[in-house]
Amino acid sequence: MTEFDLVMVGVGGQGAILASDIVGMAAVNEGLPVQASETHGMAQRGGSVINHVRLDCKYGSLIPAGRADAILGLEPAEGLRAIDFLSPDGVVVVNTNPILPITVLSGASVYPEVDAVLDELKGRCKHLVPLDADRIAIEAGHPLTANVVLIGALSNFLPLDVGSLEESISNLVPPKTVEVNLKAFRMGREAAGVD
Amino acid sequence: MLKRNIRYQLGNHAIAQALYNSGVDLVSGYPGTPSSEIIEALARLKPDCHVEWSVNEKVALEVAIGASWSGGRSAATMKHVGLNVASDPFMTLAYAGVMSGLVIISADDPGCHSSQNEQDNRRYAQFARIPCLDPATPQEACDMVSYAFNFSEKFEMPVILRPTTRVCHGKSDITMPGTENPGKKIGFEKRPQQWVMLPPHARVRHNVLMEKQSIMAEALGSSKWNQLDIVKSAKLGIIASGVASVYAREAMDRLGIKASFLKISTYPVPLNLIEQLLDSVEQLPDPVGQVLVIEELEPVVEEAVRSISGTRNLDVHGKDMVPISGELNVSIVEAAISKVAGLDNTPRVPEELSVELPNRPPVMCPGCPHRATYYAMKKAFGKSAIFPGDIGCYTLGVQMGTMDTCLCMGASITTASGIYHAGETEPICCSIGDSTFLHTGIPGLLNAVYNGADITVTILDNRTTAMTGHQPHAGTGLNVLGDATFMASLEDISKSCGVEFVGATDPFDVKETFDVFKQAREHKGTAVVISRQECIITARRRGIRLTPFTVDPDECQGCKACIRFGCPASSFIESTEEGEKGKARISELCVGCGVCAQVCPFDAIKEVSK
Repeated sequence: MTEFDLVMVGVGGQGAILASDIVGMAAVNEGLPVQASETHGMAQRGGSVINHVRLDCKYGSLIPAGRADAILGLEPAEGLRAIDFLSPDGVVVVNTNPILPITVLSGASVYPEVDAVLDELKGRCKHLVPLDADRIAIEAGHPLTANVVLIGALSNFLPLDVGSLEESISNLVPPKTVEVNLKAFRMGREAAGVD
Repeated sequence: MLKRNIRYQLGNHAIAQALYNSGVDLVSGYPGTPSSEIIEALARLKPDCHVEWSVNEKVALEVAIGASWSGGRSAATMKHVGLNVASDPFMTLAYAGVMSGLVIISADDPGCHSSQNEQDNRRYAQFARIPCLDPATPQEACDMVSYAFNFSEKFEMPVILRPTTRVCHGKSDITMPGTENPGKKIGFEKRPQQWVMLPPHARVRHNVLMEKQSIMAEALGSSKWNQLDIVKSAKLGIIASGVASVYAREAMDRLGIKASFLKISTYPVPLNLIEQLLDSVEQLPDPVGQVLVIEELEPVVEEAVRSISGTRNLDVHGKDMVPISGELNVSIVEAAISKVAGLDNTPRVPEELSVELPNRPPVMCPGCPHRATYYAMKKAFGKSAIFPGDIGCYTLGVQMGTMDTCLCMGASITTASGIYHAGETEPICCSIGDSTFLHTGIPGLLNAVYNGADITVTILDNRTTAMTGHQPHAGTGLNVLGDATFMASLEDISKSCGVEFVGATDPFDVKETFDVFKQAREHKGTAVVISRQECIITARRRGIRLTPFTVDPDECQGCKACIRFGCPASSFIESTEEGEKGKARISELCVGCGVCAQVCPFDAIKEVSK
């Protein structure tokens, strides 16, 4: 089975497009047809962003509700916001570090307890992988590699070769940062705790 | 492994590459989501043709027309509402026609992802009687470019290519068509009966346009962009257009439904294909055949179906089953097909969450100069002043109470004038970005002075077209290729429009900016305040780093003045001690604009010591 529907969510500026590019490009390099959809424009300014990536897909880029094989949440609340896309057999890989929206910073709303978000996610998927991706990214050598850490964790579930994912990381990140990104990827892959 | 010439590409990048491969001579456009990446990507290819960011879409289209009339292949790119601005040349261009191929790329935005409306520009194609191609996927958009140029040349007509957001900002494995050399000879040909739209010429050309309609429809109808799959003995016929056709195919497969299917991607609507589909469905005497038209937004195809289905033994469905507003998706289409086919599917309802999620609207960045401008503006003019606005990042000023109107590009100064002339007695201060001012703000400013509007016009000059991805404009001194060129002065333009009060200020200096606004407010007549500070994103990309700020907890009184300023780098930590006030905190998001330090009444915000 190489069909795989992936929803990637986060906050504008977190590197969601790079994260989906890594997966999409690796799949194309493996000869799979891919349809993806990205958030550009207005929503990027610190708002919620959502990308759809469909591997081995002969249809359009939008994943139907209840059909995604995985959700990758670069931010916990955003991961939960997208949960309706997930199939009951789906996987959720999520960063446990919240980014508070302006509505919370200004005191107009409250950010829920991260544990409550994770509990809700757990009840709605087959397999939950919560990761402190920010900490792992710093350990890998740069805080901006958190998105690649999460791709590493997700790679355990993707129908793609680790080699082609690593190749697309090498092609997509700035040349000087290839090593630290590959390290982040491998640390994320291991941290998921999947055999 | 990797097949040659297949690349994982953004729809807009694929369109750009296809323009290049088609041997295009000129591409012009004005930035607008979801179209902006086409010209950006083309410029990066360093093509051997003229590429430009024009000052607005009308200008862009007219530049492209000039090139076409001189034998050059040309294209003009814009977002859907950009075609409103370009509609004046567009409508008459249909009469005049073209010499070399001209493709108008109108990127439509069903769902208003980044737009003030979701108008369906297939209607413009109908209105002007200009052919339109409506791609379903990024690959199809890419393939349509060469076809559009050749079609345009064959019929001497401009062609609209209408990708929607899902095509423009979709990514897929793109097989790039080969290059072609149209071998056009450049040279303006004098054809006054065609290029000079005097009434006697226009009357003739209108008839020429009408005569072309049926032959164009025939040629488009038999093109590969439309696909008809007749299923013998099917009781249901489904017709789906453009991007909706891929949703329809997926929904049909998932429902396992047996239906004849017609995908339509060309306009004028291919009536002969619709006839064939209707014939196949109608052959069943009992029960009555069913037809469902699935299209995003306007019922363009549905109206065409109804125009020929009247005497048939058929039930035609369309907008009674499929919403007319918003973007479609597989679930919506599945529900519509189920209903028409009489399938007993309960529509899926999202399960309620046990935790409440806070909204995450887009916000102005930490260090955004607009926030600083608005802070001083509001202080100088007061909360009851009227703040008409315009289109750009600064429309987010609605969160600060300094954006009372937003209609279309350039409408801030003009609606402000109307509010004044209606007799509104509160002070009126409108805001417009630098790129938007140059786009369509100048006539409004001239009009305000000419007709005596006592208003303040704030030009938020952040030295870029920020919202659409930081494109240069005529006020930046750079062209699309990043080369130095003439830099228009906003001060000089304002003065030549007759403005007597033109004040410039740096919004990061709160006191100075407040004073300039105060003077502008007191000035009788139209005043202009140019609030100039580079967009924080481009500044940081250029390597500019300012010292960040921090809150001294001993000085902080917990008054929340900095929190009300609304920077995402500031937050408030409530005290755990009973009766004690909390303290403000500045996060690592701080870029060092220093405005909150000026806002703080207790001098508690200081530069981080190095």
